[in-house]
Amino acid sequence: MNNLSLKDILIDEDAYVCKIITNDAIKRRLLDIGLSFNTRVRPLYNSVSGGIRAYEIRNSLIAIRDEDAQNILVRKA
Amino acid sequence: MKKTIKIGLSGNPNVGKSTIFNYLTYSKQHTGNWAGKTVENKVGIMKNQKKSYEIYDLPGTYSLLPHSEEETLARDFLIFEEYDYNVVVCDASSLLRNLNLVLQLKEIGRDLVLCLNLIDEAKKKNIFIDTKKLEQKLGIKVITCCAHSRKSLINLKNELINYKSKKGISNETFIKYPEDFEKAIEEVSTYLSKYDLNINKRWLAINLLREDKTIINKVNSILDRDIMDFELKEMISNGQKNLSFSLDEIDDVIVRTLNDLASSIYDDVVSEERVSFKERYLDKIFTSKIWGIPIMLLFLGIIFLITIKISNYPSEWLFACFASLEKVLFNWLVNINLPPALIDLLINGVYKVTTWVISVMLPPMMIFFPLFTLLEDFGYLPRIAFNLDGIFKKCASCGKQSLTMAMGFGCNCVGITGARIIDSKRERIIAILTNSFIPCNGKFPTIIAIITMFFVGLSNNFSSLIFSTGILLLLVLLGVFMTFLVSKILSNTLFSGYPSSFILELTPYRRPRIVKTIITSIFDRTLFVLFRAITVAIPAGFLIWILANINIGEISIFQHLINFVDPFGRLFGLDGVIVIAFLLGFPANEIIMPIMLMGYLNTGTLVDYSSLLELKTLLIDNGWTILTAISVIIMFIMHYPCSTACLTIKKETNSWWCVLLSCIIPTFFGLLICLIINILFKGLV
Repeated sequence: MNNLSLKDILIDEDAYVCKIITNDAIKRRLLDIGLSFNTRVRPLYNSVSGGIRAYEIRNSLIAIRDEDAQNILVRKA
Repeated sequence: MKKTIKIGLSGNPNVGKSTIFNYLTYSKQHTGNWAGKTVENKVGIMKNQKKSYEIYDLPGTYSLLPHSEEETLARDFLIFEEYDYNVVVCDASSLLRNLNLVLQLKEIGRDLVLCLNLIDEAKKKNIFIDTKKLEQKLGIKVITCCAHSRKSLINLKNELINYKSKKGISNETFIKYPEDFEKAIEEVSTYLSKYDLNINKRWLAINLLREDKTIINKVNSILDRDIMDFELKEMISNGQKNLSFSLDEIDDVIVRTLNDLASSIYDDVVSEERVSFKERYLDKIFTSKIWGIPIMLLFLGIIFLITIKISNYPSEWLFACFASLEKVLFNWLVNINLPPALIDLLINGVYKVTTWVISVMLPPMMIFFPLFTLLEDFGYLPRIAFNLDGIFKKCASCGKQSLTMAMGFGCNCVGITGARIIDSKRERIIAILTNSFIPCNGKFPTIIAIITMFFVGLSNNFSSLIFSTGILLLLVLLGVFMTFLVSKILSNTLFSGYPSSFILELTPYRRPRIVKTIITSIFDRTLFVLFRAITVAIPAGFLIWILANINIGEISIFQHLINFVDPFGRLFGLDGVIVIAFLLGFPANEIIMPIMLMGYLNTGTLVDYSSLLELKTLLIDNGWTILTAISVIIMFIMHYPCSTACLTIKKETNSWWCVLLSCIIPTFFGLLICLIINILFKGLV
């Protein structure tokens, strides 16, 4: 079992989704935008004011707050 | 008799539904470049010789399981409404994600057409889609489109007209879930077949197994009985027990199945050569640690600068036009023998106030809105939200609040309605209550006039223009700061809670179409806001005339009121006239200044100032100092929202309590700051 979360992935580094470990409404939303098992995710930018990053997910650019990114378990390529 | 065909227009946010809707129905709905632009179901009519088509523009949705109010609207329409067929609009360059929704729409069994929009943009990104194959795979009609080209929109219209929709609800099984889940679905849906419901039974079975309360309630209200009878309850709990996964994981399994299917279809029909996005270069600058915020301020500053510089000319011209029209109108009213008092009421009351509002309000709006819209269409707004999210998070509110804040510059009502994009109710109310800290277009002209008179000097050169824009920008930042502060206070007191999760899509940059933007923003926003302003200006003009022209004893009611509140005003560095002007200016911020002049000159009607110098002399003669100017500007930024905004708040929150709060909070802070400044100032002198 790995303990790597999306938050730990560096900018411009590829990662693949393993599991989303939360049951809030956000989980469903993350799934809806295509963040399911084995989807490639890549952090692209940090926000100036911190706490949120923009990720490339399935050809779209989606910003996710760090608290939520922490609940997305990933593995590196 | 003509037959009406009902069509739903659905899709992910920001894929161009509204652009298509506008073309098909000749509407002038403004389209923006950010997720959540359409927050209401809109209906429009498309016609040809034989039939008429009712087209429903639904708010963008990522899925049929809604998270926010506007998504619920779309979901309810798609599943529970009667319609002939549904057109799902997809962005060709992010088809993979869009397919998720398409598959869910397939699952509800309604007749479906896929419109593959922005196909030209996809080609530019080296994404090629085999539409024939996509049609086969999905078993539905696929129409390609590029919403910026007329030709392709005409083609889309013809395709829709020629499309023969299939009646009823299909029961084919399009998506196969894991076997144990399928077994449960099968059993429940067979049981459900005894109900005469216009809903796909398989889909309903899945959602009963998911125990989706909102759907169960909705179905119950349609059936007018509880669908969850004993037998069904037993069946569902048995079905759930026999699953190889837990109830918590049911959504995972569903979505994983959908996503896997989407991926396999996508790989089959799309060939892409990955190129780096063009937006990456722009985003590197717009979100950069050093340049992100300065660029944001620069954009805002440029818009203010242009608005201030240009709007004076059309404003003066309008005043002149209305003045000559007034003479004509006056003569006509005299000719038809109306009593002089009534003529005075109509001309000096209603007509003066209304035309004043138009002359002052229209020009800056006609300049500000298109400029702002260009920025919006370009796709810059989500970047602002991204840059500022950290601060909003510290205030325990939502980063999307910066979008509603930005809308507030144009008109607070637009910002308040726009707050629907915020999923969490708590954060939405905070965004609504703090929106009036952002000075809207109606306040700008007066604020600018005061800045020019008292801080910059009246010389009309370029450096003083830059200087006044700078001061305006600082004042706007004060409003933004207050938004943060009050959001923070509210989320620690009345609306306490943790910041909720949300996702923010940074939509691709698109080249705005300048002419089209100008035309639509004038029609959609400017005229809309103007019309609303006029409807409140007319009764306001009436009331103001009555107050100023009916005397009790020696002086008018208006003067009595002024004298009465004068000591209260003095406490805050204002005076009686200013306080009354703010109170009577409740219908529209634009008329506050003219009412003040009325009070100072003790006239029975609004007074125009022919030059700022004249106005400054008048104000100084009536005891204005720099301190008064500062206090008035502060009160301009921080007082209760205008009457239209209050009604909008009532509509959006459905609570008078929120309206009351939205009035008390800014007024309290405005008065508090004025009081502190005055005490400090007087202590110093």
